[in-house]
Amino acid sequence: MNDADKKRLLKEMIFFRRFEDRTFEAYMERKIGGFLHLYSGQEAVATGVLEKAMLGKGTGNDYVITGYRDHVHALKAGAPAREVMAELYGKETGSSRGRGGSMHIFDPSVNFMGGYALVGQPFPLAAGLAMGCKHKGTKQIAICFLGDGANNQGTFHETMNMAKVWNLPVLFVCENNGYAIGTHIDRSTAVKDQYKRVCAYDMQASQHDGMDIEIVMEAAEKAIDFVRSGKGPYFIEFMTYRFRGHSMSDAKSYRTREEEIEWEKRDPIKIFSKRLIEQNLLTEDDIKAMKKEIDDEIENDIIKFAEESPEPKVEDLNKYVLDDHPDPRWIGPLQQ
Amino acid sequence: MAEIAYWEAIRRAHDEEMANDRMVIAMGEDIGVAGGTYKATLGLYDKYGEDRVIDTPISENSYTGIGIGASMVGMRPIIEIMSINFALLALDTLVNAAAKIRYMSGGRAQCPIVMRTPGGTAHQLAAQHSARLARMFMSTSGLRVVTPRGPIDAYGMLKSAVRCNDPVIIIEHEQMYSLKEEVPDEEFFRPLEGAEIVREGSDITLVGYNFSVHLCLEAAKRLEADGIHAEVLDLRVLKPLDRELIRKSVEKTHRVLIAEEDEAPVGVGAEIMALINEDCFFALDAQPVRIHAADVPVPYNARLEKAAIPSADDVYQGALKVMGKI
Repeated sequence: MNDADKKRLLKEMIFFRRFEDRTFEAYMERKIGGFLHLYSGQEAVATGVLEKAMLGKGTGNDYVITGYRDHVHALKAGAPAREVMAELYGKETGSSRGRGGSMHIFDPSVNFMGGYALVGQPFPLAAGLAMGCKHKGTKQIAICFLGDGANNQGTFHETMNMAKVWNLPVLFVCENNGYAIGTHIDRSTAVKDQYKRVCAYDMQASQHDGMDIEIVMEAAEKAIDFVRSGKGPYFIEFMTYRFRGHSMSDAKSYRTREEEIEWEKRDPIKIFSKRLIEQNLLTEDDIKAMKKEIDDEIENDIIKFAEESPEPKVEDLNKYVLDDHPDPRWIGPLQQ
Repeated sequence: MAEIAYWEAIRRAHDEEMANDRMVIAMGEDIGVAGGTYKATLGLYDKYGEDRVIDTPISENSYTGIGIGASMVGMRPIIEIMSINFALLALDTLVNAAAKIRYMSGGRAQCPIVMRTPGGTAHQLAAQHSARLARMFMSTSGLRVVTPRGPIDAYGMLKSAVRCNDPVIIIEHEQMYSLKEEVPDEEFFRPLEGAEIVREGSDITLVGYNFSVHLCLEAAKRLEADGIHAEVLDLRVLKPLDRELIRKSVEKTHRVLIAEEDEAPVGVGAEIMALINEDCFFALDAQPVRIHAADVPVPYNARLEKAAIPSADDVYQGALKVMGKI
């Protein structure tokens, strides 16, 4: 990785952290409704994995799909930050035109195929996206990000099986943050190392530190190369931690402050900042200036856009339920 | 024009649509090498190969989800679920995903899948192979739900469903797969919207869908012998309902009976009854009647099964009641 890329990636991770922090504030001001699940602490995973994916080609990108903690995956996949924020504000200019909200960010123009609230649902959808890539004979792959909790859904087992039987080009990224909402993995899951669970389906798998972006990138590159070369699906597990609660209503009563402090020492932004300072690529002041620049962009451009954008029109309530411009040859009405 | 069976009509639609567009695939349990439980894909595995006629493991929710994911990137999967009871396993991907993805993406993504399944009672298949469940799908926003009553609609609606950009649920019926009808040899499409008057009449409207249309037709013949001219309306499409044609027919006949093989509570008949109340209450000359299944799990014993499921005689007797003859 060259120096410019290192600096860019640090800046991206800081941007993602500040973006999430700012949504927290907007939530407290009741500008954002519903459930809000923040990604803070896990930035190295989405940033590192997708850095190694095929992006920047619009609908030629690799396909990305995830659960409800989806803002950062969407942003890294290429969804405009203004539109993601506007979606959280429920605005017509939002990624999903204000119809989806925080848990359902979509941007098919960059092949970000959505965030889903049913935690096991993206598994089969991702395998389907991969089936489409394979059928069309493109070099694209599907990348599915989900947490450890999702692996206790039936769809996990069903999909791992079919992905392997049909040799689909799909990468399953397990972001193991140790908790399924508020239940620790030790109390919910018989096998603690998630990557071991897919050996039942004879699938390639590995486990890595998810707090160090360079480790993430190195592991992701190998996994993505494997999948793209047609060797079949791959399951990659990253050990990580979410710094905030599951959602805004979470008092984190299920974990200790000591545990949080231990993980905060391994904050992916701190680790990478420290390394870049040690490598004389940046100074503390540079990072401060970087944060200032990011905060200014978020406030003066992104939040401003979300605040000033119009809400959807009530008369458009029924728009998007079905195809709004169906072909009458297939739909009718029936001639009596 | 040749007389073909319902299953042959479905098979022909698969074949033509798969020949027309290589993005069309079929998925389901035993549909490939084995040719399908009801032969709906017979011979297509040999013709189109295992990548397009896909034998799935017994994993309804996830293979439906895989079809949905594939449809989001331009494929046109026809997903067979062997019995509507098993479709309950796929409700997460059908109802939480396929039905909602267009809406919750603000129209930016779509899931043009077709899900076909037999929903109805056959002969002593007992409670776990005899569900109907039409009412469950018709109450889900974002789906289209159709119930072809014979080979012409089975062929023409499947072809339209494959080309339509919305998720379409096609509810077939085990007792109809061998039903025969003259079907034109040239290609045609049948629309996914609109009810149909399948028998003209002036004294009472018998509303049916799926297999109950045949019960209505049989009852109408008997009523004719009694001098009662019954009109038979096939809903054809449960979502969206053609309330306009229901209104027109009731305004003509002033009497109505609704025949459904589903159980009554919160059912298709209840919805039709509500629409009639809203749209043409003052056109009614008599209280409407619903003929429906008993509110029990379908029993195995043949005598009990018969008692649980509506028959043509039940429709006939019900119509006499509406006519004030009994």
